[in-house]
Amino acid sequence: MKKAFEKLFRSQVWRSMFRHGLPLSNRTRAEAVFYNFFLHVHPTKVRKRSVKFTYTWGLGGLSLGLFIILVFTGGLLMLYYRPSVAQAYWDMKDLQFVVSNGRFLRNMHRWAAHAMVAIVFLHMMRVFYTGSYRPPKEFNWVIGVFLLVTTILLSYTGYLLPWDQLSFWGISVGTNMVKAVPFGLGDTISYLLLGGTMVGENALVRFYVLHCFIIPVAAVVLMAIHFWRVRKDGGV
Amino acid sequence: MTAEKDFRAEGSSNPKKVPKRVAFIKPRTAARVKKEDEEMVMTVPNLVIKEIIAFEVMVIVLALISLTFNAPLEWIANPEHTPNPAKAPWYFLGLQELLHYFPPIVAGVILPTLAVIALIVIPYFPINLKQEGLWKEHRRQTLSVLLTVVGIVSVVLLWFDVYAMLVPTLLITALMVVPYFSKKETGVVGWLGTRPLSWWIMTWFIVIVVVLTTIGILFRGPEWSWTWPWHEIY
Repeated sequence: MKKAFEKLFRSQVWRSMFRHGLPLSNRTRAEAVFYNFFLHVHPTKVRKRSVKFTYTWGLGGLSLGLFIILVFTGGLLMLYYRPSVAQAYWDMKDLQFVVSNGRFLRNMHRWAAHAMVAIVFLHMMRVFYTGSYRPPKEFNWVIGVFLLVTTILLSYTGYLLPWDQLSFWGISVGTNMVKAVPFGLGDTISYLLLGGTMVGENALVRFYVLHCFIIPVAAVVLMAIHFWRVRKDGGV
Repeated sequence: MTAEKDFRAEGSSNPKKVPKRVAFIKPRTAARVKKEDEEMVMTVPNLVIKEIIAFEVMVIVLALISLTFNAPLEWIANPEHTPNPAKAPWYFLGLQELLHYFPPIVAGVILPTLAVIALIVIPYFPINLKQEGLWKEHRRQTLSVLLTVVGIVSVVLLWFDVYAMLVPTLLITALMVVPYFSKKETGVVGWLGTRPLSWWIMTWFIVIVVVLTTIGILFRGPEWSWTWPWHEIY
């Protein structure tokens, strides 16, 4: 068995995919990081202090993990959901009672979304209390604040999509708050957001597009910069 | 008080490790430059294994929660029938609670905008970078400024009947001034004495957010009136 694996790891096909050998020496361990697309944001060596779980509580990493779960479950939910007033709610009912594991899929997406808002906020608290916003990381803190806002907007735009009483009135309360923006801007922003004066068909499509495309793309770009700067400033 | 230089000279007696050099370390220098050589470990496996375990544990916990608790789905949206109370998602209930006390422009626009701006500018104020205890210098001046600011805030909160913010504000202020009167330098009092201003403001902000959000989630019923969570509201 062991020999078979060794043969596999030495085969040309395997080595064409993974150019380094097994991570048994420090050289191959380093290669495992910088020859790997997914790991190459990491340095090959990290400070022992920053690997300690109780220093970061893994909150930033878990936020990314939740985002990945949300993209995955969200993509599958998009297969069954149509953003129109006539169909949205009944598609939710189908997810509950007709689609295989649809209920589980939706639960996972919902709870992961709530968890992400909480964990991103906790991550901000951790960064503040460890003083990790200090130079040269001051601008990365700013990007982090934008990411917190983005996370809340992602969660909030998704809140309308089930088109039940909870969504409709939750969004109505929020967009009524927007109307309080002074200089006549409030009504304009609210109209832009809802595509009308109240929550209806246009609002549903707009929130759907914001939720599934525009805000996630913005979040990915911000995240890429965030992680890249963490690395450049000597982090993991 | 002697004027503090914004750099200091460092030397090392080990020429193999550190050739003779003079390093200028300013307050704005990265923390990693100030640290002595730290112990390093290989990313594979030390860090990567922890990332994988953390992610897997999280997926398992989420899956268990998703198998146990169903996401809410109420009746189809009906613009004719307003639920009482109509609540926003939980992370906005702090704001909705503010809306109960202040006019919409203050609660819905000015305060959240100020909060985001305040968060953004944190790293750009030298006082937040030095991290010195609140009472380290200018003790009397600090006390009078602190009491004036808290006094004004308290009057505003009293005026709008915002006891949910007034009580935490006064409690935190009480904790802030304990080290001013106590000479103790150890224990909890000593620890409070070393907390910088930014720490106090952030802690105050987080306590207020948590208190308002909790009230919004658990203690608000019809007409946004105070309702105990064990009372059936529907």
